[in-house]
Amino acid sequence: MFFRPRAEVQGRLHEPGLALHVEDLTVSYHARPVLWDIDLDVPPGVMAAIVGPNGAGKSTLIKAVLELVPKTAGHVRVFGAPYARARKRVAYVPQRSSVDWDFPTTALDVVMMGRYGHLGWLRRPGRETRAQAMAALGQVGMAAYADRQISQLSGGQQQRVFLARALVQEADLYLLDEPMAGVDATTERAIVKLLQGLRDRGRTVVVVHHDLQTVRRYYDWMVILNVRVIAQGPVAEVHTAENLRRAYGGQIALIDAAPEAPAGAGTM
Amino acid sequence: MGLVEILSDHTLQTVAIGAAILGAVSGVLGAFAVLRQQSLMGDALSHAALPGICLGFLWAGSRDLGAILGGALAAGALAALTVMAMTRLTRLKTDAALGSVLSFYFALGIVLLTLIQRQAGAGQAGLEAFLFGQAAAILREDLQVMGVLALASLGAVALLWKEFKLVTFDPVFARTLGLPVVALEAVLTVMVAVAVVIGLQMVGVVLMAAMIVAPAVAARQWVTRLGPMVVISAAIGMGAGVTGALISAMGRGLATGPLVVLAASAAVLVSILLAPGRGVIWDWMKRRAERRALGGQRVLTAIHALAAEHGDPEYPAEQSMLDVYFGGGTAAALDRLEARGAVRRAAHFRTEGVHWVLTPQGQAEAEDILAGGEGDRP
Repeated sequence: MFFRPRAEVQGRLHEPGLALHVEDLTVSYHARPVLWDIDLDVPPGVMAAIVGPNGAGKSTLIKAVLELVPKTAGHVRVFGAPYARARKRVAYVPQRSSVDWDFPTTALDVVMMGRYGHLGWLRRPGRETRAQAMAALGQVGMAAYADRQISQLSGGQQQRVFLARALVQEADLYLLDEPMAGVDATTERAIVKLLQGLRDRGRTVVVVHHDLQTVRRYYDWMVILNVRVIAQGPVAEVHTAENLRRAYGGQIALIDAAPEAPAGAGTM
Repeated sequence: MGLVEILSDHTLQTVAIGAAILGAVSGVLGAFAVLRQQSLMGDALSHAALPGICLGFLWAGSRDLGAILGGALAAGALAALTVMAMTRLTRLKTDAALGSVLSFYFALGIVLLTLIQRQAGAGQAGLEAFLFGQAAAILREDLQVMGVLALASLGAVALLWKEFKLVTFDPVFARTLGLPVVALEAVLTVMVAVAVVIGLQMVGVVLMAAMIVAPAVAARQWVTRLGPMVVISAAIGMGAGVTGALISAMGRGLATGPLVVLAASAAVLVSILLAPGRGVIWDWMKRRAERRALGGQRVLTAIHALAAEHGDPEYPAEQSMLDVYFGGGTAAALDRLEARGAVRRAAHFRTEGVHWVLTPQGQAEAEDILAGGEGDRP
């Protein structure tokens, strides 16, 4: 019921075979382009990483898809439809720092918020919603923390709560903004396994990712971004030194010279 | 006056009921305002009500309560919209926008007030009662107006509970679900203006902000969930209202409004100091316990290290030497360790002074600490 089709949106499907289709997208803040003429296609059923240096516009790209920031130009299609009409097929995991974790609420409560869109106005979350939220908490290994106040969770646990909230949305396209930033290694492994499980069940997962070292291991699709799209496609084809150099410029030396060191680039 | 007489007094009943209504509404709406980090919004809205009061008076040509409260509500809503527009359209931060709006509207109100007083003759309009409130002037009919406004706003909160909760916790996520976030935030803000209007006669524009902020801040200390916070906040608001009304009725001619605010502030003080989990004293005691535990652990491992060095698990460590080693008194820490059976006093065959030996329990604890087990710390 939150779903409000807009009059100005065309009714016909466009590129329905793609999970995400972005065309001619430009976003600017105060006349400075943050994203410039982005053309992007993500096929369904892949797990895609969006990588790029600081200020490349990775988060902005996701926010523009979700209509959280105004587009200067261009349009977005999700499974062929405008986002406003495909809203229920999309789940979003914002950066953990985007909310006040001292808010008086429990982990279970936060996860149940993922069902609010399906519940619609006036309906309270009931036993069924509760069960769904508990199941999702179980999937992220947080069932024991359901009644814990969210300020008492560690960063990694908070991130997993956000992930569970996206899981209960039962979406087809998952957009995650740096879900592995600042979490411990155990949590990172759990998150990756979970996202790969979603992909294996045919869902599409798009992740803003900051650690170039792990891209090959975690993902099968990749978008390299630096205001413009530098390269996109299967990781095996796109993850090349040449492409990374074009995106990261001087910072690439770090990656080439010290493959074992944590990536110095793109920690935001 | 005896208590029974006070309680059966007609005026007091009216004032107490009014104060309770005000406390409940401002407590509920204040909870959302405080959590949205808009505590100052109540301040801006109440100060902004003053020009509305004056314009309502001028429009009606008399001290007609409907016109005055209508004007106050309109001015408050206009001020809230001004703040929203300033933060959205300019680069001003919310605090700066609130500050400028608050002072602009209040100054405008004072100018109008002065004009009206000059026109009508000093004191005749009686509008200055709205500055600090005049609870005794509240009539039974006014309670009806207040009650209707209160029911309307509390009903809206009950109906839109989950929407308000989500918009308060995570507005960005709320937008991705398709919620009209701006509209919901506007409704929350306008309802704060309604609460202000309810409280104008009671506590006045200057102190009204406290009624929005204080119950919510106090309630936040005691709870871990939004539902209980809103309920406790309302209860504290009502309690403060009735307390203020009672103290005022007991004599000395003290004004009700400031007493209500003082009662709410007392609740804040108690909550900030005493609430388990968040209170200052609780926090202080927890930190002291942690510091002591850490001190005990250090002494325990030091004795353990000395014993290991001497190849004797029963090696008696001299207290004065431990003092030197830690650069201070270890007596208190050793006494606490002794009390729970981790160390015991021992005599040394050559030297004077107190010596300490690890008990088997103390040895196990020391080894546990050294193995990296940090006990029950998270």
